[in-house]
Amino acid sequence: MIMDFQVVVLAGGVSKKLLPLVSKEIPNALLPVANRPVISYVLELLELSNLKDLIVVVEGEDAALHVGGWISAAYADRLHVEVAAVPEDVGTAGAIRAIAHHLTAKDILVVSGDLVSDVPLGAVAATHRRHDAVVTAMLCSAPVSGPSESGSSGGKDKTKKPGRYNLIGLDPTQQFLLHIATGAEVEKDLRVQKSILRAAGQIEIRADLMDAHLYAFKRSVLQEVLDQKGTFHSLKHDVLPYLVRSQLKSEALLNGISQVEENGTEKIIAQSSQQMLSQILANASEQTFHQRYVLGPNGTSFRKTHKCCVYIAGSNKYCARLNSIQAYSDINRDVIGEANHLSGYSFSAHNNIIHPSAELGAKTTVGPHCMLGEGSQMGDKCSVKRSVIGRHCRIGANVKVVNSVVMNHVTIGDCCSIQGSVICSNVQLQERAVLKDCQVGAGFVVAAGSECKGEILAKK
Amino acid sequence: MGAPKKSGGGRVSVSEDSDELVRVPLQAILLADSFNTKFRPITLECPKVLLPLVNIPMINYTLTWLESAGVEDVFVFCCAHSKQVIDYLDKSGWLSQPNFSVTTIESHNSVSAGDALRLIYERNVIHGDFVLISGDTVSNMSLTQALAEHKERKKKDSNAVMTMVIKRSKTNPVIHQSRLGTEELFMAIDPDTKQLLYYEERTDLSKGILHLDKSLLADNPSLTLHHDKQDCYIDICSPEVLSLFTDNFDYQHLRRHFVKGLLVDDIMGYKIFVHEIHSNYAARIENFRSYDTVSRDIIHRWTYPMVPDVMNYGNTATKLERQGMYRASEISQSQSAVIGPFTVIGFGTKIGNNTIISDSVIGKGCKIGSNVCIKGCYIWDHVTIEDGCKLNHAIVCNEVTLKSGAILEPGVILSFKVVVGQEFVVPPYSYVSLLQQPVEEDSDEELEYADSTSVITSRVDKSDEEDASEVPDTHISSVSELGMGGVGYIWQKYEDNEDSRDDFFEREVEATFLRAVNENIQEDHLILEVNSLKLSCNKLTADCAGALFYAMMKYAVDTPHISLDGLMQNVKAVLTKWKKALRSYLTDIDEQIEIILKFEEICLESAKEYAPLFTKILLYMYNEDIIEEDAILSWEDEKRDADEADKVFVNKAQDLIQWLKVAEEEDE
Repeated sequence: MIMDFQVVVLAGGVSKKLLPLVSKEIPNALLPVANRPVISYVLELLELSNLKDLIVVVEGEDAALHVGGWISAAYADRLHVEVAAVPEDVGTAGAIRAIAHHLTAKDILVVSGDLVSDVPLGAVAATHRRHDAVVTAMLCSAPVSGPSESGSSGGKDKTKKPGRYNLIGLDPTQQFLLHIATGAEVEKDLRVQKSILRAAGQIEIRADLMDAHLYAFKRSVLQEVLDQKGTFHSLKHDVLPYLVRSQLKSEALLNGISQVEENGTEKIIAQSSQQMLSQILANASEQTFHQRYVLGPNGTSFRKTHKCCVYIAGSNKYCARLNSIQAYSDINRDVIGEANHLSGYSFSAHNNIIHPSAELGAKTTVGPHCMLGEGSQMGDKCSVKRSVIGRHCRIGANVKVVNSVVMNHVTIGDCCSIQGSVICSNVQLQERAVLKDCQVGAGFVVAAGSECKGEILAKK
Repeated sequence: MGAPKKSGGGRVSVSEDSDELVRVPLQAILLADSFNTKFRPITLECPKVLLPLVNIPMINYTLTWLESAGVEDVFVFCCAHSKQVIDYLDKSGWLSQPNFSVTTIESHNSVSAGDALRLIYERNVIHGDFVLISGDTVSNMSLTQALAEHKERKKKDSNAVMTMVIKRSKTNPVIHQSRLGTEELFMAIDPDTKQLLYYEERTDLSKGILHLDKSLLADNPSLTLHHDKQDCYIDICSPEVLSLFTDNFDYQHLRRHFVKGLLVDDIMGYKIFVHEIHSNYAARIENFRSYDTVSRDIIHRWTYPMVPDVMNYGNTATKLERQGMYRASEISQSQSAVIGPFTVIGFGTKIGNNTIISDSVIGKGCKIGSNVCIKGCYIWDHVTIEDGCKLNHAIVCNEVTLKSGAILEPGVILSFKVVVGQEFVVPPYSYVSLLQQPVEEDSDEELEYADSTSVITSRVDKSDEEDASEVPDTHISSVSELGMGGVGYIWQKYEDNEDSRDDFFEREVEATFLRAVNENIQEDHLILEVNSLKLSCNKLTADCAGALFYAMMKYAVDTPHISLDGLMQNVKAVLTKWKKALRSYLTDIDEQIEIILKFEEICLESAKEYAPLFTKILLYMYNEDIIEEDAILSWEDEKRDADEADKVFVNKAQDLIQWLKVAEEEDE
């Protein structure tokens, strides 16, 4: 069944939000998380669900070349991947429009390339099919952002609230998506359609869930919406809210050519009984409100509805999107920390990964939840805590690295201290540089003895 | 601290002691006045709480429940027909129960529940938590859990002043009413704490969006919106509730003012919680529909033990027979009479030959003749129904006489002592009373008792009231509305006014505007008057704009005109003259959109003459700077996802919109 799904991975381009970490050479999709490109997490998740036919959509020709090059090298014999380049800033809806001619399957699974998760995609697809939904969105718990400082500030964590990403309205059975507010709407007053509340009887509004940007769409509906609504720019902000909003009055959507296509030669009248049948097959004891609404007071079908479903990831599942610098630090920390099964590496007894070819100086300690890449060298009396260090780095003596990500080929002089920072590839840190909460772009040279806090350092 | 005190047993006894010290008997306030006119014309003569519900006056259900729920001290607040209520309570023995003290509090000038509670506060009789209930509530729920929850919350948070009892009930999607005939109710509840966050009744059906303030979600990760709950009107209140009513002397209605006031006010931080009951019964009889529903529920024993054979009220025993038939003693019934299931027959009633009765409640001492057909009716005491009458879903009060062959169509209410003439057909949904219909001078908020005297006096000068019943033989001059030998007036239905807007505010604004036109009042004064209406009705500026605009358009269309051009001239004249007044409410774009929406509504409903002129008038208003182009464009935007039916006018105005858009681009 799952093979009927066509998968589109929206890998983005070079996101401004992630500057200076990304560049034309390292677009979003290739940003390393625990020393491997972030897109590999999605690809492996898809492979795990036996979804091997993929279209990866990249914004910008250059970026597409790099992403395509890496994927074909890494997954040549495992996945069948087509990489499509679309112009920059077309938005997620525009990206789908641009590749629409490639889409042929009944349902489309749209995944964001920056998703790091272990949610079974098969379960999402099954939910979608079970309800014959036009869209199924995966929701996960909104991540608690920021570094989880251990020990002293433990009390602080209690007051910390998870960020608000979406306001999501669910029916009491938590199967249907009845309301969604995204983006700036989240901070505004809540505006819920009464007609939907009337039909459902009860809506639970949740602020602690996040739309993970993993959707299953009915292809015909998605294409029709994209065709008809030329101004729609984003799947998340335009298409999904539109489908949710119009779920009880979808005549505009489904009675066109696609309806005939969907139902073949069947008459519309037969549809309600068909729905009943599918309901029985779905093994549900009660009709869902959509059907009750359709059937109306005297059993006649007078309205068309469509279903927007949700798949809510269990609280034990990991789900995060790499769409900000903060998220980049968080995900790196988690993938070698609490969600280390995602990294694909096996951890040592000290709960860390030190590549056999890495060299450590005397009295140097690498704590748990750390990673040290291939061929990296560290001097004496260094200390690494909760950090990722890439390949072939040269690190001097007396260096402290805490809660940070150091990419490949980085040179760090003696007595440097790095805390809560991201150091991109080929950066040179001269002696006694002190960085706290900084991002250093690729190839940048930090002068000896400089002290920086909360700065972005990058080549002009 | 000694060791024994620390032990569990010791502590329990200590806390019990401290409880004992402050322990006050559980009190209740029973409002024996509904403060509305839903049960007119019956309530002009008899207080609502004494109306028989399955042959037992309603207040008995409420009092019996309070007694069984552990309430020890009840204050019955009587206002309308207070004398009757007090006499009844005295006569029926409620005032002299051993462990259940019932005290009456009488008032003659209270017009609302708010007034009642203020008066009770002044009496200083409530000392602890109390149950607030009205005398028309039927319930069999146990208060223990709700009370414990209330006290527990109160201990933690002294601002938790009230617990409302709610029950699941699905609203019919077509008529927007629940089974009890109540209007739809939207609530927002915190699923964890059960705190009530939002309460909206009397919904404006035209507004399709439920608007919740963002602050509600600021502290809660989730909340639940409900449309499937019904308010049982059983409240557990802390004594603060009474003082809150006193502090806010403008609170009248328990829900519309008090609950809303508390929810909106975030300075004092008072909180209301809900307690949902599942298997128990609780319902309030608010209107004739719920009277019917609750009666059926009682007969079907959902309210057990509040059922006729258990309550056995008075000295006559009622027995339950098979098929849900309840029969009192000394009934004389003809062999040929057929009495269907789920019927209650009162003491001493006589039923003639070949009479068919089903799904009905018949009171005591009724005389029902032969060949009568009674279906789904509530017939109270000492009613005489002569041969060959047909009654279908009607309420017939005490001592009514139906002459032979009279027919009651569904939904008829016959008040006390009405006589329906021979072979007369009472039209569906008529209200018939011996009292003339009171002149409808104020709105729905008036009192039952208010005009019971004035009406009787005004009855004398009644001569030729509207002849609603088209009876051929109207030669009996005084009371001929009910056919030969009939006595009573058929009330005109005010629900069926051609003017369906029940909004008091809009009507007032319209009247104010017309006064301004006719008496040539200055614009500034008009603005002043509308502003004061806005404040007194608690409306938004957008409402003022809408209402004023409506008044103007109505005036323009009412001014004589021959053709569409003439109408257009009228509109121009009115708009030009009163532009300033209208504009003072249009400072914001939202208000301008409101006007356009209002205009659409006018074109669709009240004055369809405007429909062909829609774009023209819109353009005129744009040229006169009454509305800005942004308003028109956002209006179009708002309608983008609407049903095609709602877009008629957007499509009509498409030329104008396109023109505006092009003009905008050129400006850039």
